[in-house]
Amino acid sequence: MISEIIGYILISIGLLFNFFGVLGLVRLPDVYNRLQAATKCVTFGTAGILAGVFVMKGYGVMGLKPIICIIFILLTAPVSAHVISRAAHRAKIKLTDETIIDKYEEDKELRK
Amino acid sequence: MKLKTKSRIVVFILSFITYFTITQIGRFDWQELIVGVIISLITSVIAGDILIVIQRKFKISRIFYTILYIFRLFVEIFKANIHVAYLVIHPKLPIKPGIVKIKTGLKSDSGLTMLANSITLTPGTMTVDINKEKGELYIHWIDVKTSDVDKATELIGGRFEKIIKEIFE
Repeated sequence: MISEIIGYILISIGLLFNFFGVLGLVRLPDVYNRLQAATKCVTFGTAGILAGVFVMKGYGVMGLKPIICIIFILLTAPVSAHVISRAAHRAKIKLTDETIIDKYEEDKELRK
Repeated sequence: MKLKTKSRIVVFILSFITYFTITQIGRFDWQELIVGVIISLITSVIAGDILIVIQRKFKISRIFYTILYIFRLFVEIFKANIHVAYLVIHPKLPIKPGIVKIKTGLKSDSGLTMLANSITLTPGTMTVDINKEKGELYIHWIDVKTSDVDKATELIGGRFEKIIKEIFE
């Protein structure tokens, strides 16, 4: 009973942060800022939902799979964000006008 | 040669545990177990030699630092989410984005990967590229506080670099 309540609370928190991530995806100006919102909030939100499932189901057929999924998400989401942002910069997608510094562009010659 | 064999054995055990956890908990079936052993063997033969590349001594302090790292990572992830949620809800979007450069003293591949991943999951920062030879990371910062290399290193990398150095080097 208590584990169900805690599970539902965790799932609600996860859904809330997933919602913030999607809101950030719509509101923030350019690719890089959107990736930030998408990576952080969606990683945490999805991990929260999976942790809620784990708390509700306990150790069992359903219980341990969410833990493995959390580990995989925590390991892979940052890598995919890194790869997408790097590819976007190489494809010369412009940063938003509010950008105040771009060291990556300045060091372009040094990289090769 | 010795190290590669060791690495393959570790990969075999890890992939078999993963397979076992996904399929076998709660029921037991010889057929699936044998398939799991075969698949783990194939995985460890094809891609098993890249997990461990440096021979290191076992230290008890490493376990302590790993626990500290996981704890700190979760605290930082939570802070990052509050930060992004605040930015997104705020009607004026108070962002000041930019790409800065930080320095790192880490040398090993796994250490650099963990540092880059940790930076991506912490508040307001995301790794864009790594220059391994010079030990430099390019960080997209959603709220740039300083463009100076040393200060940015202190602010962004300082939280994790010492712990990761203890774990991976």
